Amino acid sequence: MERRVVFAGWLCPAVLLVPQMAVTIVFFFWPAAQAFNESLRRGDAFGLTTHFAGVANFAALFASPNYLASFWITAVFSASVAVLALAPGLLLAVMADRVVRGAALYKTVLLIPYAIAPAIAGVLWMFLFNPSIGVLAALLRWLGIDWNYFLDAPQAIMLVILAAAWKQVSYNFLFFLAGLQAIPPSLVEASAIDGASPRRRFWTIVFPLLTPTTFFLLVVNIVYAFFDTFGVIHNVTQGGPGQSTEILVYKVWYDGIVGLDLGGSSAQSVILMAIVIALTAIQFRFIERRVHYA
Amino acid sequence: MRSTMLAAVMAAVFMAMAGPTEAQPIELQWWHAMTAVNGDRINQIAADFNKSQSEYKVVPVFKGSYAETMTAAIAAYRAGHAPAIVQIYDVGTATMMAAKGAIKPVYQLMADAGETFDPNSYLPAVTGYYSTSDGKLLSLPFNSSTAVVYWNKDDFKKAGLDPNKPPKTWPETFALAKKLRAGGVKCGFTTAWVFWTQIANFSAWHNISMGTLDNGIGGPGAVLEMNNPRVVRHVANLAKAEKDGSFSYAGRSTEPESSFLNGDCGMIQDSSAAYGLFKKGLKSQFGVTELPYYPDVKGAPQNSIIGGASLWVMGGKSAAEYKGVAKFFTYLSSIPVQVKWHEDTGYLPITKAAYAATKASGFYDKNPGTEVALLQLTHKPPTANSRGYRFGNMVQISDIIAEDLESAFAGKESAKAAMDDAIRRGNALLRQFQANTQ
Amino acid sequence: MVSAPRSAIVPHAILIAGLVIVLFPIFVAFVAASHTLPEILNAPMSLVPGPHFLSNTIEALYAGTVKTSGTPVARMLFNSAVMALAIAIGKIAISLPSAYAVVFFRFPLRRTCFWAIFVTLMLPVEVRIMPTYRIAADLSLINSYAGLTLPLIASATATLLFRQFFLTIPDELVEAAKIDGAGPWRFLVDTVVPLSKTNIAALFVILFIYGWNQYLWPLLVTDTPAMTTIVIGMRQMIGNGDAETEWQLIMATAILAILPPTAVVVLMQRWFVKGLVEAEK
Repeated sequence: MERRVVFAGWLCPAVLLVPQMAVTIVFFFWPAAQAFNESLRRGDAFGLTTHFAGVANFAALFASPNYLASFWITAVFSASVAVLALAPGLLLAVMADRVVRGAALYKTVLLIPYAIAPAIAGVLWMFLFNPSIGVLAALLRWLGIDWNYFLDAPQAIMLVILAAAWKQVSYNFLFFLAGLQAIPPSLVEASAIDGASPRRRFWTIVFPLLTPTTFFLLVVNIVYAFFDTFGVIHNVTQGGPGQSTEILVYKVWYDGIVGLDLGGSSAQSVILMAIVIALTAIQFRFIERRVHYA
Repeated sequence: MRSTMLAAVMAAVFMAMAGPTEAQPIELQWWHAMTAVNGDRINQIAADFNKSQSEYKVVPVFKGSYAETMTAAIAAYRAGHAPAIVQIYDVGTATMMAAKGAIKPVYQLMADAGETFDPNSYLPAVTGYYSTSDGKLLSLPFNSSTAVVYWNKDDFKKAGLDPNKPPKTWPETFALAKKLRAGGVKCGFTTAWVFWTQIANFSAWHNISMGTLDNGIGGPGAVLEMNNPRVVRHVANLAKAEKDGSFSYAGRSTEPESSFLNGDCGMIQDSSAAYGLFKKGLKSQFGVTELPYYPDVKGAPQNSIIGGASLWVMGGKSAAEYKGVAKFFTYLSSIPVQVKWHEDTGYLPITKAAYAATKASGFYDKNPGTEVALLQLTHKPPTANSRGYRFGNMVQISDIIAEDLESAFAGKESAKAAMDDAIRRGNALLRQFQANTQ
Repeated sequence: MVSAPRSAIVPHAILIAGLVIVLFPIFVAFVAASHTLPEILNAPMSLVPGPHFLSNTIEALYAGTVKTSGTPVARMLFNSAVMALAIAIGKIAISLPSAYAVVFFRFPLRRTCFWAIFVTLMLPVEVRIMPTYRIAADLSLINSYAGLTLPLIASATATLLFRQFFLTIPDELVEAAKIDGAGPWRFLVDTVVPLSKTNIAALFVILFIYGWNQYLWPLLVTDTPAMTTIVIGMRQMIGNGDAETEWQLIMATAILAILPPTAVVVLMQRWFVKGLVEAEK
């Protein structure tokens, strides 16, 4: 989408663009280029002896079952977080759209998790489920469930998914609610007169109209699960038990910062960048189209 | 309103950008990972040293966890911003050692600065870990501890056991743990730092090799061999105990301590430096005893090994700065500083004289259990299997082993399969380290 | 509304369940912050608030916890506030002009500039942390508020949101300005900025929260306790260490860490919701 009417000249926009471009080049492109360069090299942590290694770092990654496992874990984790954050977000939005009394209060409270850092959300949930002191862990044990996420991989995965999704429900709720409120009441009323039940009305009229919002949120949630959940993993499981919660971004950080394997970590950075750029491109096309037809 | 807020921010930004102003003495940054009492002691040591002379000023800076401190130091070195002194955990030793030029070995530092330095005055069980194979000290041992067993006497009483009879061997440990469970204690025993207590110290205590070339101290070509039958049998026993609930795994590092602190677990294998924590936090009576062993393993018990961290001197500093560091290290090794550090923090003294002085003061009699670590470390003269270990990429390797132990404890893999996997992945990392540092 | 009042029970029940799920972890944190450590360790902890909330909060605020070597949380709150404000204001200050340039002009390399900004949209700091640190060190930005904020100001979110909004400004307004003889600067200051007020307010909220919630970058770029932000402080309090984990102080700190961004979201809710939803749609 482009404007039809614009101003002339190039000096003025150049001046306006300088600060943003300067910061972007210095703090994004330069480091990204360095990461790319580093991904083709191998060396010790101190950078005393490095040598060109071609694609050896990439080859080693794709030959490593652990890296491939990390892809799979990331996929399961992201999909689960997206679903678990989207479905309650939609349900709550539909309900909030129906009530009149207390609507403002519901909306305000449901927004709160948006303000909480993923890292802190992770700490809150870890505290609830800590096997030795957690309140909900005690409840689970009372119910006869052997709760120890330090050892039980499915439990650990569930816990990080829960913590990550909890924080994101707010965001989805907000967008679904806005989407619902933008639907002309006449459409729904017409179908109500036809005698369709509320459930039927929702699935045949309302939900299809929400598809663009849903798709947009799906991409946002996947990106969120890919990157912003680093703090959740870092604070709750550190990737364990085994490597069962080691998502890609955690592995990049771990191999680079803890493992000091700069080449391998940089190669992972480059792969992640490629994924991000692909996701961004998909989203961009989508946003553009929506603006057109909105 | 908005403009005042903005003004406040701008003022703060400019103040920060102005940076630090003049400093008369030569400033020596000391990055560390110590908190609580230990952090307080570090600040005090630096303050006392700064007061004792006017040429140098040691500035301790807390940098987060061990891993974060090490990474920060390496990143800072690469950026030309390294501190003079950095505290590096035991598993980072091989990485630091391999970084010739990026570090200044302590023996060389002391010689260059003309400081009197007698390697023989140090405790060999402690300094051996941080020396070359021909005995040259590379980094100054700072906070060292070894693995010991703590037992909760009230839990023992509750289960009808003799509160003054802790287990001596592994079979006794497993049997007592079962009895504790039967007697209503939630968990028999747990272990902190699972790799360090159950593999590294286990191997040294039983005089079993962890890897070729004297556990890697002989060179970077070492191959891990922690999948030997004795280790595998031990892991299998732990997995069996985890299944019946007498052993309860609760995390890779210090997480299990909370299960001992709240009385859930009757025993914990943990660092000797956790003594102060338990003394302060545990409501019940507790005791400290030596690590258990398998009586059928010949030569066991041998001696345990240390863990903790040492102080490395970074390369590329001026001669004047190195002189200051050397003076500071001499101060740090002096008897009063060492005795106070040992008594306040539970970490081991690094010199023979400090050990003797502590003993003479009657500290060990007044605080029963605090000498166990030293007795255990000096139990027998160290062998090639019990001097320590030094493998490249050890940070990841210890995580890998912890991961595979978790799989074995969870019953996902047999002990043998888990250790084979750990060794396979660990050796791949060793070869990578070898290739990267040559 | 279509639904009759009698059917409102189900929505209320579901919404109340939603509130419980949202508030329960925060409530438990609050309760833990009101107990002593032995009461927390003696699991399961009582869910009835104890009498120590104020004393724990004050202790955290002014004395910190053992694991942060006594850096008081008040100092961390100040650092977080400076960082969040500088990021929010800085991002708006650089992205509004650049979005304006991209939307209201045609010049060589316009698409390139736009894409250059755009691809940075979701490139998280985690994946380029080591080289970024080296650059920050080269520019002497370690341990300064400039170092904490500048590398994070470079992100495309704000530019994109402004761009989306600018595209909806009617052409007639631009034409009218041109007829009045107003140049691009006048149009920016007199028309575009006032029209963008809601968006600026919404972005301020989003970016304030983004800034407040950072921690991996602050961890690396600052190395003195005086520069610790509250999210890092939390991390240090629960991180592996040789001291006990003081849950009562950690939870008091968690409440303190949650309060400012929550207050910003709740108090500025109206603009925030409007701006966020309109801009990203």
